[in-house]
Amino acid sequence: MFQILHDVNIDWLRHRRWFIGISVALMLAGLGSAVIRQATGHPAFNLGVDFKGGTVVTARFKQRPADDAIREALNTKGVNDATVQPVTDRPDTVLIRVPLVEGQDGRASVRNALNTFGTEAAPNLELNADPNAAYKIVGTDAVGAIAGAQLRNKAIAVTLAALVGILIYIAFRFEWTYGAAAVIAVFHDVLVTLGFFSIFQVEVSLNVIAALLTLVGFSVNDTIVVFDRIRENRRLHRRDPLYKITNDAINQTLSRTTITNGLVFLSVLALVIFGGDVLRAFSLALFIGVIVGTWSSIAVASPIMVWWEQRLDAANRAAALTFNQPRVMKAAGAASSTKSTKQIRTS
Amino acid sequence: MKKKNLRTRAIIIAIVTLVGLYLVIGPRHRPHLKDFGWSGIKANLKSNIHLGLDLQGGTHLVMRVKTADYLQRLTEENYRAAQTVAQDAGFEITGGRADTGAGNHRVVLDLADPSKATQVKEAVQKKVELGDTTSWTFAQSGNQISWTMTATAERVLADNATQQALNIIDRRINALGIAEPTLQTHGAQSAHQILLQMPGVQDPERVKEVLRVESRLELVHVIGPPSPAPPTTYATEQEAINSLNSGGTIPPNRKILPYKKRARPNPDGTPAPDQPTQYVVVETPGIIRGEELRTATASQSQGGGINDFEISFALNKSGADKFGAWTGAHVNDYMGVNLNDKVESIAYIRSQIYDQGQITGNFSKEEAEDLALTLRSGALPASIEYLEERTVGPSLGQDSINAGVRASLVGLALVIVFMLFYYRGSGVNAVVALILNMILMMAGLIVFGATLTLPGIAGIILTIGMAVDSNVLVFERIREELRSGKTVASAVDQGFNRAFVTIIDTHVTTIVSSMFLFVFGTGPIRGFAVTLVIGLLVNLFSAVYVSRTIFIWLLSRKERVESLSI
Repeated sequence: MFQILHDVNIDWLRHRRWFIGISVALMLAGLGSAVIRQATGHPAFNLGVDFKGGTVVTARFKQRPADDAIREALNTKGVNDATVQPVTDRPDTVLIRVPLVEGQDGRASVRNALNTFGTEAAPNLELNADPNAAYKIVGTDAVGAIAGAQLRNKAIAVTLAALVGILIYIAFRFEWTYGAAAVIAVFHDVLVTLGFFSIFQVEVSLNVIAALLTLVGFSVNDTIVVFDRIRENRRLHRRDPLYKITNDAINQTLSRTTITNGLVFLSVLALVIFGGDVLRAFSLALFIGVIVGTWSSIAVASPIMVWWEQRLDAANRAAALTFNQPRVMKAAGAASSTKSTKQIRTS
Repeated sequence: MKKKNLRTRAIIIAIVTLVGLYLVIGPRHRPHLKDFGWSGIKANLKSNIHLGLDLQGGTHLVMRVKTADYLQRLTEENYRAAQTVAQDAGFEITGGRADTGAGNHRVVLDLADPSKATQVKEAVQKKVELGDTTSWTFAQSGNQISWTMTATAERVLADNATQQALNIIDRRINALGIAEPTLQTHGAQSAHQILLQMPGVQDPERVKEVLRVESRLELVHVIGPPSPAPPTTYATEQEAINSLNSGGTIPPNRKILPYKKRARPNPDGTPAPDQPTQYVVVETPGIIRGEELRTATASQSQGGGINDFEISFALNKSGADKFGAWTGAHVNDYMGVNLNDKVESIAYIRSQIYDQGQITGNFSKEEAEDLALTLRSGALPASIEYLEERTVGPSLGQDSINAGVRASLVGLALVIVFMLFYYRGSGVNAVVALILNMILMMAGLIVFGATLTLPGIAGIILTIGMAVDSNVLVFERIREELRSGKTVASAVDQGFNRAFVTIIDTHVTTIVSSMFLFVFGTGPIRGFAVTLVIGLLVNLFSAVYVSRTIFIWLLSRKERVESLSI
């Protein structure tokens, strides 16, 4: 049988400070980018029309004019601050973005400008079916200010609600420390991915939010596979410390993690390469998400859970001993009781 | 393994697979042999799977009913009516106002004699809808009496206005002949939003125009000396107010409205230059309201050119009675057609009219037809504004389908090749489970009447990932058990049992978070959640039940199985 990663025995938790340090650094980089941009008067994120409001017109030409020519036509017709973006996998098509202008119909004003290049195909005809036409508007996304804010708030609310749902389920199936660790890890994934979007100014659209939610699902999935193994090992090897059990669980599931995430990574890569421009931002978010999600399950969720459980354990033991004190006093007298407390402190 | 158990499993799987397959590629009518040819299957697929607007092409419009305007108008109308009624009943009203604004819709009357407050209240409430105590709270302070709209009434009235707008938009859309539209309220009820989806509509401009028109029609008495004097118009609003001689204020039974006389278009059809806007003084409330219209049709004006259209309307019984009585008493007076607070045309009453009339004004053919259509469908309670407009042409939709299908197939192929290479014989098992998953997922989408959207395709890709993960979890576990020296049969058993716990946990977590997305999410996010949930539920069947059955079958073929290709 062909096997990768057979019988690995890595002490993952030994590097936990490094892991957490790298994760914090990644989060800070993204956060720093957002804050610096905001402070210098630039938007922290390149928000798409879904969240900012405005119009995107997708126009297809028989003979596409140069981007500059289109920009000039727009300026001449009073459509200012428009951006013209070619579509890489469709050379005959451009995306024209127009900011939100009160009392102006984005689609109509872009059409007015594009009429410089010839007439538009009739509403019920495809571009090539209309011999007189020079171009056709094949798609529009126009979002007003109210809808933009509404979509933005909803996206945030939905993401947070999904996280709470995950926390509750994991807390119910495992311990609440596990749930909290998983949610922190996932939150980390979302932040790092958003940070990437801020640093490279990739457009954030509704589809990107769907991708973020997908990666939330993936990352939690990974974390649960490890946690499940921890739970199982805890039952099988009651004497082993949590530290060892966690390391073993990560190692035991490592070949699964590699295979699954490798395959998902390849599928997402296929999406990035073959998915076209429409899916580009979505696939890119997933692409980053898969990498970060795999990382966080091992490097963030497990160390946090172990650290938390150990602290709770220590606190519990201390609490149990203080609670037991009166009985100790009764049995052995005051002197030995102080001695035993001392021992706990030194141990 | 027990043979009987295996047979039951095989039968269940066979039935589910066949039903699923038929749901996806079978026709919904009594099947013919030709339905299962290549082109037949393609046609069936197309009609079975509902594509979202982003894939199929169409228009998605989100609009908001401006309910605040509606409440404001209602309050102002009640104020005017209350003042008129009180004065007609012989009480002296020294002033008053209509307050508007959220949480503060109030009709205020100043009385000359505060001791008559109760009588005024009763007189007003007899004729004006201010008496309902769940909607209006009456109060008196000094010589002022007021009715304040309750919070409940504000909510209920605004909700009703939205519902009414929805019905009217529905009628207008049907009149425009748009195929298979989806019309529903959108988001929270308090948002007063309406979602309209029109598959196949690429250019929504005319639809938007027709929907936007409020079509509040009123026939009004235009104040001024009767014909043969020309209708009395004023160049500015101020001049019109001055003509009232009421100290710069407008009495409650008068309104100043703009009036723009439309020029007759040039003979070659090009529009004539605009005429300046004038103002007229009209009596309020009007004679007839739009609700009393029975029909409205566009027709070419007599003696008019090709581009000179008018709208003929007929009134219902109660409208005709009122109209007949009024026109009988006002022969030679001027009457105006007030549409959305603009006077469209003014004519004098030649003789008593009962139930017929025209709105003339040099309309173009399309303008006249759209206006007639909106008049027939009734007036919107308040104007609407567009919040979101998305259109996708069929070619753009096809591009997305191609990209999505291509990406899914490449992903699927990669996965299949890897699984066969890495897990050998058991890889076949995984591939069968994967393909079955795809088929049943499509069947699930069809059964639940869900639409497949672009993010939905992303959901499919994620499902492929999760499905493979389940197989990997099981196989890796079986390998582990084999390494620890277990027999093949018990390794398979243990592998499935142990991995099942993990699979359930991962699936339930994802389903829980997807449920949130489905319930609270909007369009694209919802499409994603639906495919994901269906895919995951199906996966529990295909990756666990089916895959395990195949293993059981493999093991049952020999008395003792020594090795397993995994």
